[in-house]
Amino acid sequence: MRQSFVPVVTVVGFLFVLWYAAAVWLNAPWTYDKATRSGEEITFSVLLSDTWSQEKPKLPAPHQVAVELWQTTVEKKITSKRSLIYHSWVTLSATLLGFVLGTGLGVLLAVGIVFNRVMDMSVMPWVIASQTIPILAIAPMIIVVLNAVGISGLLPKAMISMYLSFFPVVVGMVKGLRSPEAMQLDQMRTWYASRTQTFWKLRLPASMPYFFTSLKIAMAASLVGAIVGELPTGAVAGLGARLLAGSYYGQTIQIWSALIMAAVLAAALVGFIGLLQRATLKRMGMV
Amino acid sequence: MSAVISARDLDLTFQTNDGPIHALKGVSLDITKGEFVSFIGPSGCGKTTFLRVMADLEQPTGGTIAVNGMTPEEARKQRAYGYVFQAAGLYPWRTIGGNIRLPLEIMGVPKAEQAERVARVLDLVELSGFEKKFPWQLSGGMQQRASIARALSFDADILLMDEPFGALDEIVRDHLNEQLLRLWDRTGKTIAFVTHSIPEAVYLSTKIVVMSPRPGRISDVIESPLPRERPLDIRDTPEFLEVAHRVREGLRAGHADT
Repeated sequence: MRQSFVPVVTVVGFLFVLWYAAAVWLNAPWTYDKATRSGEEITFSVLLSDTWSQEKPKLPAPHQVAVELWQTTVEKKITSKRSLIYHSWVTLSATLLGFVLGTGLGVLLAVGIVFNRVMDMSVMPWVIASQTIPILAIAPMIIVVLNAVGISGLLPKAMISMYLSFFPVVVGMVKGLRSPEAMQLDQMRTWYASRTQTFWKLRLPASMPYFFTSLKIAMAASLVGAIVGELPTGAVAGLGARLLAGSYYGQTIQIWSALIMAAVLAAALVGFIGLLQRATLKRMGMV
Repeated sequence: MSAVISARDLDLTFQTNDGPIHALKGVSLDITKGEFVSFIGPSGCGKTTFLRVMADLEQPTGGTIAVNGMTPEEARKQRAYGYVFQAAGLYPWRTIGGNIRLPLEIMGVPKAEQAERVARVLDLVELSGFEKKFPWQLSGGMQQRASIARALSFDADILLMDEPFGALDEIVRDHLNEQLLRLWDRTGKTIAFVTHSIPEAVYLSTKIVVMSPRPGRISDVIESPLPRERPLDIRDTPEFLEVAHRVREGLRAGHADT
């Protein structure tokens, strides 16, 4: 932990310097335009202070995003429509529901593929094909179709999350459930173990490291799915809606703060699964 | 005494892309109750395949084999044998006790009896006190002893062992050989033991089956004149060296005509 502190801080510091420099570079034209119109002379210090404090900059400076984040999370009531916590929760609930559905579907498909020859031969190509369709193309369709049968709100977004998150779970779990060696399967045979017993006592525990790795990918994919699900539908709430509204009105600061919030959310969710993974595998004596 | 395992003209041919491989050809052998039989021979002589046929892990393509008077499949379904593989193959997520309990759970042995059996076989392989440890906390030799305990836990009369000590160093191997003989003496089990090592085969066995490759067949069967009681230094006696010599001759003869 301590060894990685200095390198991490150095890299982060470097990124900030780069970000501030880019802000000057990208926002300078606007500052010069303004100055030309009013006939002012631009000194370097004016250039810096102006490019780092514009209302609708091309690239907002880090502190502007930080201030926006502070105002929309800590200073706003959670019930407010302008609270980023509120919007995050809207996206998070769809993410989590989609993640649970996707994990469930993924595990079921994987079990089917491992245990059933017909499924083994037929399902995997479809699973892979499903992921080659751009999610941006299929998301509006899912929303429209579900809306037509009277389902709206949380579930359509969760379905899109599920669509993205079941894939890594299927792939990981198929590999995990097949990870026991031939020798271990022979051993089960010598004890005349049933397929069910082999599954619960050997295949499933052996698949756990694979399972958690897929869960991490699935969680990140699920969040992307929920945000994408909010984009094409004119959703009024959620991080995706904030991104969309921000881009309509040129509110770059709002876009960046929603982006940062999404990144923090993703890091927290994946980190939580990492903790779960370590605790479980440690309990199982597998680390 | 009655034959526990009885093979007649056993053939097993694997079909591969490079043509058929005759893993076993015309193998006939009787193993009587309480015997300790070693199978020795170079790689590809079919010794492991023969053991796997006894265990119903491979299907012969010709001839007949009976285990306890039944087909190997029936014998397997009655859990007539315990099989020890070359690798210990303990589950890392189970304790030593949990690993030994595994076949008992599968066979539906009542909980109380499970505990009692685990304690008994752990004592048999001299691992009492290690029940709560995880496999990674044990040395390779101890892990292999635990895997033997697991094969013994459901009290099958036959023990099939496929180079169980092949991956261990010589000192550990000597020690485990001594222990295995004691265990065999105490339990009266019938043991079929596959090995690469001449001293190991001679030291352990009442009967040594020398096999040779291409096609896999039995080239010599040696009834050991050594007494049942065998201290480690029996390996320096003339009787021992004579048997070892005959095994070596058998192996060489098998090689000469291929």
